[in-house]
Amino acid sequence: MSQKNSFVRLTLSYLMLIILSVCALYPSIWVVVSSFRPGGSLYSKNFFPEKWTLAHYETLFTGTQYTFDIWYLNTLKIAFFTMICSVFLMTLSMYALSRFRFRGRKTMLTIMLILGMFPSFMSMIAIYIILLQLNLLDTHIAMILVYSAGAALGGFIVKGYFDTIPRSLDEAARIDGASHLQVFLKIMLPLSKPILTFVALTSFTGVWGDFIFARLVLRSKDNYTVAVGMYELIASQTNSNFTLFAAGCVIIAIPITILFLILQRFLVQGLTSGAMKG
Amino acid sequence: MMKRHRNTAAILSVALQGLGQLYNRQWLKGIVFLCVQALGLYYLVPRLGHAIWGLVTLGETTQKFVKVGKSTELVKGDHSIFLMLDGIIVILVLLVFVLIYALNIYDAYQNGKKRDEGKAVRDFAASWNHVTVNHFPYFMLFFPVLGVLFFTIMPILFSIMLAFTNYSAPNHIPPAKLVDWVGFQTFIDLLQMKSWSNTFFGLLVWTVIWAVLATVTCYFGGILVALLIQSRGIRFKKMWQTIYIIPYAIPQLISLLVMRNLFNAKFGPINQYFAYFGLDGLPWLTDPFWAKVTLILVNMWIGIPVSMLLALGVLTAIPRDLYEAAEVDGATSFQKFRIITMPYLLFATAPILITQFAGNINNFNVIYLMTGGGPAKGDYQFAGSTDLLVTWLFNLTLVNNKYNMSAAIGILIFIMIASISIWSFRRTKSFKEEDMLS
Repeated sequence: MSQKNSFVRLTLSYLMLIILSVCALYPSIWVVVSSFRPGGSLYSKNFFPEKWTLAHYETLFTGTQYTFDIWYLNTLKIAFFTMICSVFLMTLSMYALSRFRFRGRKTMLTIMLILGMFPSFMSMIAIYIILLQLNLLDTHIAMILVYSAGAALGGFIVKGYFDTIPRSLDEAARIDGASHLQVFLKIMLPLSKPILTFVALTSFTGVWGDFIFARLVLRSKDNYTVAVGMYELIASQTNSNFTLFAAGCVIIAIPITILFLILQRFLVQGLTSGAMKG
Repeated sequence: MMKRHRNTAAILSVALQGLGQLYNRQWLKGIVFLCVQALGLYYLVPRLGHAIWGLVTLGETTQKFVKVGKSTELVKGDHSIFLMLDGIIVILVLLVFVLIYALNIYDAYQNGKKRDEGKAVRDFAASWNHVTVNHFPYFMLFFPVLGVLFFTIMPILFSIMLAFTNYSAPNHIPPAKLVDWVGFQTFIDLLQMKSWSNTFFGLLVWTVIWAVLATVTCYFGGILVALLIQSRGIRFKKMWQTIYIIPYAIPQLISLLVMRNLFNAKFGPINQYFAYFGLDGLPWLTDPFWAKVTLILVNMWIGIPVSMLLALGVLTAIPRDLYEAAEVDGATSFQKFRIITMPYLLFATAPILITQFAGNINNFNVIYLMTGGGPAKGDYQFAGSTDLLVTWLFNLTLVNNKYNMSAAIGILIFIMIASISIWSFRRTKSFKEEDMLS
């Protein structure tokens, strides 16, 4: 009886798991398949095309209208430097806030919390005017600057992680004569690899997905990031360009998805350590 | 005891930054302070007056055409918005220098006190050493704070100030026109003028409904999926987990734009499948009600993986001995689930409910990329039926140029989120602990 019961339960569970998997994977598979379909339209009679083609990928990289290769390199560049700068600023500030008790610390933490509550678009116009006056519009420096400048605000996750590393470790090192900087570099950083990987990954991928700010700042086509390029592509003429768009999606999504899956372990650690602290 | 040195040094430092340090025979430090003040004066003296005038008046003359001989020339007027921003920057810089000035007086006084007490003052190398060791955190925080100050705090200050002006199209856009301070008029218009208040309260209600539904569906959806994966007898747990992470791994911009096409009423595959079974298909994105349903569904697709990961993390962290103890007491597996697993899970993940709720109030991407706020709603001012307050704010800024209105909305969103956060902080136990914000 109980054996039969558990058989039914397991079958139902597996059925559910499979249905969920289909839901999770269907959009991605659909886009991948669409990117190989001849023609440009969104509509197709069958799920799988009768003929497969690489033409859309060729158009993306060799076409004159869409300079996808340049956009790709631009994004890679911005994402890379943003990642370096944000991780640098984040670890510095969060180390200080986690390990030291100094005057103004609580005020600072409170201000950080409060700033995070403003809708981020509120500052858009001001940043736009500042960049205009600094003559930085339509440059990649501006993107890197703005993306990383606010990075410290998103660092609560890092601080939560630092807090879990026992303080006795750095105190012991201090007694042995290590300087603050040495403690930071030789003890804290190696121990916090999971969380650093996590924030590096999120700041890297964040750049690939941001089109709002990028569209505001980047005006000339040669400076576009892939996000802006893709958005323009689909916003202008969805139905006739859909397969081309799908090919672009595949090229953007594949490296990032693979990165995520490889670093899955860190992802779980990062998410849980940061969020549980609240 | 003599107080001669401390007073003289402090007074000298009040008179001229660095002078007190020189008096204390801290030559290098004194010179550094002097140079900093020179720099400050060099920057501030030509600017401060103009900055304050600009902030107060927001400009007095508009641009106009002047006849020069035979031709007319455009004479530049005051640009209210640039004046305002410059004003804020100069004031912030002034604050930084005032802080250094105060520090200088304090330092001169302290070192004077040392001399009064017959102790030696530190030389420059020793001072430097003292500062970098005992005030190390300030050094680490210098660059992050600078970045936040100029790219987050200042823009927010600027936006808050905008809400109290009449900076909006079509009548008050510089450089052709000037902008003026109007006090709370923008807020009064937003809440009382029929056309604005109707839109505002309509969107507010939808924003709250959206935030509640989006949070609850993702939260419990994620927990259920996690429980399913972790339930006894299921094999290949890692594989299922990896499959369900994929929606989270794909950049949102991509997956949302893809979804928009997937749900396309005319050509999208979903309605195609409906037709396959002889059904009519649904107006997924074009009908106000169904558009909202679609948004919730798509948001679940995007949001469940995160909650699932969190729940999985908690599930593996539940101490085994709890279950063993329960087994000894003869608990059935359902009882174990109800008494141990569920409370543990809910307790550990409750804090993220609040963060996710606040995040959903500002969930821009899903709405903007899926429906763009549409379908249109006639009696709304510059908004559609699925617009959230934050997408409305965005459109008011970038499309309609009603800057003051959008700043006011931003402030109201802030007040909303801040009150929710404070309320939840007060409820969580950690509030009472020493490191509340740690």
